[in-house]
Amino acid sequence: MRYLPHSEAERAQMLAVIGAATAEDLFARVPTQALLHEPVNLPKHSPEFLVEAHMRALSRQNVAAGDGPFFIGAGAYRHHVPATVDHLIQRSEWLTAYTPYQPEVSQGTLQMLFEFQTQVAHLTGMEVANASMYDGSTATAEAVLMARRLTRRNRIVLSGGLHPHYRDVVRTYLGDGPDLVCLPASPEGQGDILNRIDAETAAIVVQTPDFYGHLRNLRAAADAAHAAGALLIVVVTEVVSLGLIEAPGALGADIVVCEGQSIGNPLNYGGPYVGLMATRKEFVRQMPGRLCGETVDADGTRGFVLTLSTREQHIRREKATSNICTNAGLCALAFSIHMSLLGEAGLKRLARLNHERAVKLARMLGTVPGVELLNKSFFNEMTIRLPVPAAPVVEMLAQAGVLAGLPVSRLEPHDPAVENLIVLAATELTTDTDIEMLADCLNAALQGDA
Amino acid sequence: MSMNNQGRPTGTGSAGVAATGSSLLPNEPLLFEIGDTEHSGVDLPDVEIDGTFLGGFERRSEIDLAGLTEPEALRHYVRLSRLNYSIDSGMYPLGSCTMKHNPRLNEKMARLPGFADIHPLQPVSTVKGALRLMDELAHWLMTLTNTAAVCLTPKAGAHGEMAGMMAIRAAQDAAGQGHRRVVLVPESAHGTNPATAAFLGYSVRSIPARDDGTVDVEAVKVALSPDVAAIMLTNPNTCGLFEPEVIEIAAAVHEAGAFFYCDGANFNAIMGVVRPGDLGIDAMHINLHKTFSTPHGGGGPGAGPVVLSAALAPFAPVPFVRKGELVEHIEGQHLGRITAFNGQMGMYVRALTYMLSHGGDGLAQAAKDAVLNANYIKARLERAFSVPFPGQPCMHEALFDDSFLAGTGVSTLDFAKALIDEGFHPMTMYFPLVVHGAMLVEPTESESKQTLDRFCDVMLDLAADAKAGNAGRFTSAPTRAPRRRLDETRAARSPVLTWSRPEELPQAAE
Amino acid sequence: MTKFTKDHEYITEDGTVGITPYAQEQLGDIVFVELPKVGQKLKAGDEAAVVESVKAASEIYAPASGTVLAINTALTGEPGLINSAPETDGWIFKLALDDAGELDGLMDAAAYADLTK
Repeated sequence: MRYLPHSEAERAQMLAVIGAATAEDLFARVPTQALLHEPVNLPKHSPEFLVEAHMRALSRQNVAAGDGPFFIGAGAYRHHVPATVDHLIQRSEWLTAYTPYQPEVSQGTLQMLFEFQTQVAHLTGMEVANASMYDGSTATAEAVLMARRLTRRNRIVLSGGLHPHYRDVVRTYLGDGPDLVCLPASPEGQGDILNRIDAETAAIVVQTPDFYGHLRNLRAAADAAHAAGALLIVVVTEVVSLGLIEAPGALGADIVVCEGQSIGNPLNYGGPYVGLMATRKEFVRQMPGRLCGETVDADGTRGFVLTLSTREQHIRREKATSNICTNAGLCALAFSIHMSLLGEAGLKRLARLNHERAVKLARMLGTVPGVELLNKSFFNEMTIRLPVPAAPVVEMLAQAGVLAGLPVSRLEPHDPAVENLIVLAATELTTDTDIEMLADCLNAALQGDA
Repeated sequence: MSMNNQGRPTGTGSAGVAATGSSLLPNEPLLFEIGDTEHSGVDLPDVEIDGTFLGGFERRSEIDLAGLTEPEALRHYVRLSRLNYSIDSGMYPLGSCTMKHNPRLNEKMARLPGFADIHPLQPVSTVKGALRLMDELAHWLMTLTNTAAVCLTPKAGAHGEMAGMMAIRAAQDAAGQGHRRVVLVPESAHGTNPATAAFLGYSVRSIPARDDGTVDVEAVKVALSPDVAAIMLTNPNTCGLFEPEVIEIAAAVHEAGAFFYCDGANFNAIMGVVRPGDLGIDAMHINLHKTFSTPHGGGGPGAGPVVLSAALAPFAPVPFVRKGELVEHIEGQHLGRITAFNGQMGMYVRALTYMLSHGGDGLAQAAKDAVLNANYIKARLERAFSVPFPGQPCMHEALFDDSFLAGTGVSTLDFAKALIDEGFHPMTMYFPLVVHGAMLVEPTESESKQTLDRFCDVMLDLAADAKAGNAGRFTSAPTRAPRRRLDETRAARSPVLTWSRPEELPQAAE
Repeated sequence: MTKFTKDHEYITEDGTVGITPYAQEQLGDIVFVELPKVGQKLKAGDEAAVVESVKAASEIYAPASGTVLAINTALTGEPGLINSAPETDGWIFKLALDDAGELDGLMDAAAYADLTK
């Protein structure tokens, strides 16, 4: 077994030093009825080439997004990640390092986290950011809980433009009840959250671009929330948008949570991703997750440490701000490296390119009879309405090698209002040919149905 | 903590630190000190857009993101990486963390386009391989634990704890037992346990450890009452010991109408040797990034699938794979989702690759070697160090306390920092809290006898030096690391959490 | 005369509450103090304040019942006062006592010194 270093002779030597006759003696305190008396019913160890063959066979049963025209977004976006990023994150010192609890030998990770926190704060226009969360959806749930602690109020209102999965996670974390108001889906971008804020409201949650692609008026939302003494939580599932769309922090957001996957991290069937959280300096002690801070060492040399740890589970235990232990580590590193390679100039170009591709897509979709574009505004994602239920059409196109976007009914199977809707995204990887093929196939599918 | 008594260091941190030192051990400037908003390491066409579809929401505020060209970026991150200790460069004797080898085949498989380049919401007909993989991983986890179901989606161990305890809460509610608002937690538990319980609205009732470091079933019985929903027990426990009365504890807990949550952080000691399901557990999270070799990545990503007993299986959160289908919407009593999308597929690929490589026989051998290695360390160190729970073999980790340092002027912290100067990452310090100045050592099965001997030689030398009165070596440590001891007080009193331009900083007080 | 609790709080005759020199030494450098609110009513044993060091957070319990008269806002900018002057400038809050008789049940300096031997 290639990962186990001992020979039988070495095991025997070690047992002799311990004073045990057999390795089984070391399990003497385990009740005999708990010990297995025959091996578990699982395959035996395997050489690399057989393991590889098995895994390759599984992977070939999946259609990769890059295999054909691809238009699915809905909270996870297919972008180009420069080769440098994946190469760097496989360096031993990044890949196999532990959490930086011993800062003197973890300055690489800690300095990177400080840079990451700064990048996130600048992107979102907020004063301070943490060292990442599991993903955007759990970050949203944590933001909601944070808002409750800060305001000492309980009511939460979720915009109808919030990603249905994110809404579902908040519902699981908070439990259903009168204090959690989930507004109905708003595929046309209709905003109605401003009328639902009252003196009991801790926070409202608004996503922009929203799940259906619409750009939302954060300034109006912030003003309305603050007038009632509530907080505005802004959710961004496509961080590339921040290269072109106004920063939530500049529009009055109190807490910003994002899914950072678009930068540095592949689709990976949904994980691992990287949640971003940023807030006002005055709220930092109520922010969950790890935080990295600057300090000096005994010689006065600048260095970095995890700080404000007394918020966290290993110290406050029952009174912690959350039970979170890990952050997204390597995914945060990938985000930070990619963001460094982009820089401001690159991010702005990337964002403009994404929007330009989306405009092209929108115009082409407009030429397909029966297809209605619902968006007056978008960044790189939009919603179309078909004259027929969307799921079978998307399935038909998938069989033809075109991944045409997400039929909303997949996430909302019981809502007739969304049955005919598809959410589609375009990114810098979307070619003119892809868009033409999509239009042709959609057209053919809808003609066939007529 | 003597270093923190030396008065307040000056200034708020020197900005504009130039790159000094050799390229092997650099002082690497911050990204913002070497990059700027003009430079970029990607080539992207510049396209014209108009504001037709932007609703007037174009960004007008500056972003202020530093960029680097590709060669500069590579240098920055390579040089930074050299400041990190890592498993690939040395042993981490970190109790409770299971810092085993991270196989590279895992990384190769995770990067196959059929795994890395699939979207979580693709039509299910296009991702049959992903569903099969999840099924296969689930099968391995359930077989190793002898449980009825598994929730794969939690993104970390703590997240898995939350899912498992939510399932317990739901099961109690469904049985009309929602008035049970107390959770029993041993004093020695990891902080996530009471944090998770409190998070879900429970109050925590603490169970003391007895003199041998384990939990007395009689103490549990005393604590059990009709308002107890569950016990959260770590087995093997945080002192590195198998709970000898775990089966009786499970029985007592069930008898009292409560559930048994097992913290599976220490599963590495018993996989393939003991099946937690046989002990009577109802839910147990497994840390794929500990037991199943997925890399620690400097703090994440993790993955914390939760195995469930038949009683809790109906409450598993969606989504899950059932008979080759992906169930995404709540049916029956299943809980709602705890994360967007489908979980940590990237980690499933790595973990399954590891499981297939080791096989059931290899996993059992790994557990036995992990236990062997910890006992070897304990045997070599126990005369010079103080063992709080002597007279019994430990499992995969050996626990020491700081009584052997009494009168030396050297604390556990100082001892750990001196270990850095000898080329080792310190062991886990001050955990578990039930022992004073705890040092928890977990070598894992990945360490050779040579490495273990070198580690023990160094530890014995340090212990002797401390007892000989050379406190200075310890209190001034580390001296051979990229940084001396860092001022954590200053970082907490005056937090500086983002970079500011030097001209934006307030004037230093001194 | 100043009295002491077994949880290492002291309370002076005029109701000033803080933690003892022994306690601040055990905790290490204090980095943050969560103060009670002026006007807050406390019963003996209630959690009144939280004192955080880098590695630990400790609750400060009200030694007696009363209403919070004043809080030491200097601790917000200089939590280290608790370390350097726990019995003077590092006071935490002042209580208007409901019943001065409650102090009789607490330890005097000699008894507290025994406790911390």
